Amino acid sequence: MTPPPERAAPGPLDHALRARVAVPLLALLVLLPVIAEALDEGFYVGVASRMLIFALASTSLNLILGFGGMVSFGHAAFVGMGAYTVGILMRDGVASAWIAWPAAAAVGGLFAFVTGLVSLRTRGVYFIMITLAFAQMLFYLMSSLEAYGGDDGLSLAARSSLGPGLDLADDTRFYYVVLAIGVVIFIGIARLLNARFGHVLQAIRENETRMAALGFAVYRCKLAAFTLAGAIAGLAGALLANQTGFVSPAMMQWSQSGILLVMVILGGVGHLYGGLAGAAAFLLIEEAALSYTIHWQFILGAVLLAVVLLAPNGLMSLARRTARGAKGAP
Amino acid sequence: MNGILVLEQLLNSLQFGLMLFLLAAGLTLVFGIMDMINLAHGSLYMIGAYLVATIAGASGSFWIGLAGGVAATALAGVLLECTVVRRLYRRDHLSQVLGTFAILLMANEGVRMIWGSQPIPMAMPAELSGPVELLPGFTYPAYRLFIIGAGLAVALLLYVLVTRTRMGMQVRAGASNREMAQAMGADVRRLFTALFAAGAGLCAVAGGLLGPLLAVQVGMGESILILAFVVIVIGGIGSIRGALLGALLVGLVDTAGRTVVPILFGMLMGPSAAATAGPAVASILIYVLMAAVLFWKPQGLFPVHG
Repeated sequence: MTPPPERAAPGPLDHALRARVAVPLLALLVLLPVIAEALDEGFYVGVASRMLIFALASTSLNLILGFGGMVSFGHAAFVGMGAYTVGILMRDGVASAWIAWPAAAAVGGLFAFVTGLVSLRTRGVYFIMITLAFAQMLFYLMSSLEAYGGDDGLSLAARSSLGPGLDLADDTRFYYVVLAIGVVIFIGIARLLNARFGHVLQAIRENETRMAALGFAVYRCKLAAFTLAGAIAGLAGALLANQTGFVSPAMMQWSQSGILLVMVILGGVGHLYGGLAGAAAFLLIEEAALSYTIHWQFILGAVLLAVVLLAPNGLMSLARRTARGAKGAP
Repeated sequence: MNGILVLEQLLNSLQFGLMLFLLAAGLTLVFGIMDMINLAHGSLYMIGAYLVATIAGASGSFWIGLAGGVAATALAGVLLECTVVRRLYRRDHLSQVLGTFAILLMANEGVRMIWGSQPIPMAMPAELSGPVELLPGFTYPAYRLFIIGAGLAVALLLYVLVTRTRMGMQVRAGASNREMAQAMGADVRRLFTALFAAGAGLCAVAGGLLGPLLAVQVGMGESILILAFVVIVIGGIGSIRGALLGALLVGLVDTAGRTVVPILFGMLMGPSAAATAGPAVASILIYVLMAAVLFWKPQGLFPVHG
């Protein structure tokens, strides 16, 4: 085997972070609290945290949906598992983020692993429905457990503690912690997609039978990706619980899974920035429409419908198309 | 647990199952023939219930309300199909999810704009509001019996339409092989519009009949939509027979879970725990049933595609 050349031309399976996009974006995100403070709109720091958390959750969904071809309709269950882990640990006196957040990721990953063992034996629509089934089971289970608040859920006494001097009750500080975690995981996912594992995963999406015939462990690879996505979603859930200060079964309702799916489809399925763009666009439209009218859902629906009809492959494809158009112009 | 209670619960499960069937029948045909995931199907159920309740309230007659509401909802279905849904047939499932989710949001909010967010009341027809004595010492609400009768009648009508008419033949041909049906001269475009309208009409029948029993409110379509999806997956996508069997099965499991589980739990853990856990366990059982069916018969109980 000859080693690949040091800087191979990116193939169709590579997904570069692209410094031209990543650097200004990161700069904007880092400066955002400063800008918000200067404009006296500190409220937006909370909105931005929420956006980043949903971006994390939908990027984890995009990992299996866009790159692995697995349409999971139960992703909110993993988020909810993570959130409940933080809520239950906090109630029992474990407030440390160093324990609770990894535990949330582990619980999310474990639940994904166990349900994945069964779900990944099915295909297509049946996979959609069986992931939905597991999520619904969990939803009803948590609604019935009086010990954990039943339908009403649990309120968190405070945000998780990172250690002395790092009080997360401050929204700006919490935002930077979320941003740091988000950036690390985003880069990790990008690197994973460009690594052998990511290439195998995308090849399985393209032709599962051929990959099996070539001797790749198709089932194990999909299960690994599914578990990883569950763990990341669990971590997102832990952050979400901290952001809202509240966990309830409503976080795991099928419509929440639907919203995560919608975010990914809106942003761009199988596009590295798809989850991020989708979550940001979805929540921005929601926020803007909400300030304009109480019937914001109508506007949100109309915008989503326009995207489906006008930008068939999501917002990121729109960006790509205009970029290509600009390049093609004399 | 005595015989009367069992009989009563069986009738309840039959009633719930038949209403679920009305929703699932339209959904399974749209899914099976047009290969279209329609999350807005529950919205048609909601719109149907609102229209029936409004027309019934305005005219003072439940029957005029039901007929008018069903016709109006079918018309709404035609409009929706011609303006939006038609453009989504050729797209992948994910675009369909996004598009119909958008319709769902708009329908919910549209209904809230027109009728407000409070549930609207709906009276059952006076002549059916009393109980009927079925057996000595066993009475059952007349209205629920009527729902069972209406559900059975619609199921029979659908059966005749699908198995005995030319259009039904085209529908079945479309479900097992769309391209071939098209090549043999079925006017698929018109067939799709008709099917979608029929599905919308069935939704309105279910919504209108259940209106007096449940609350007519925004969001009523969502929970039942997922149950309808469960039904068609259990039954086999595209199969009317499967939808009927799946709906009755889900109705049975749901009702059994709601009545038997609390009694069992009550014996094990005491009444207060049973009261909260019962409905949840019943709901979980439905999804366990679906997971089990998918595990052993991945194509559903009555697979349509060979």
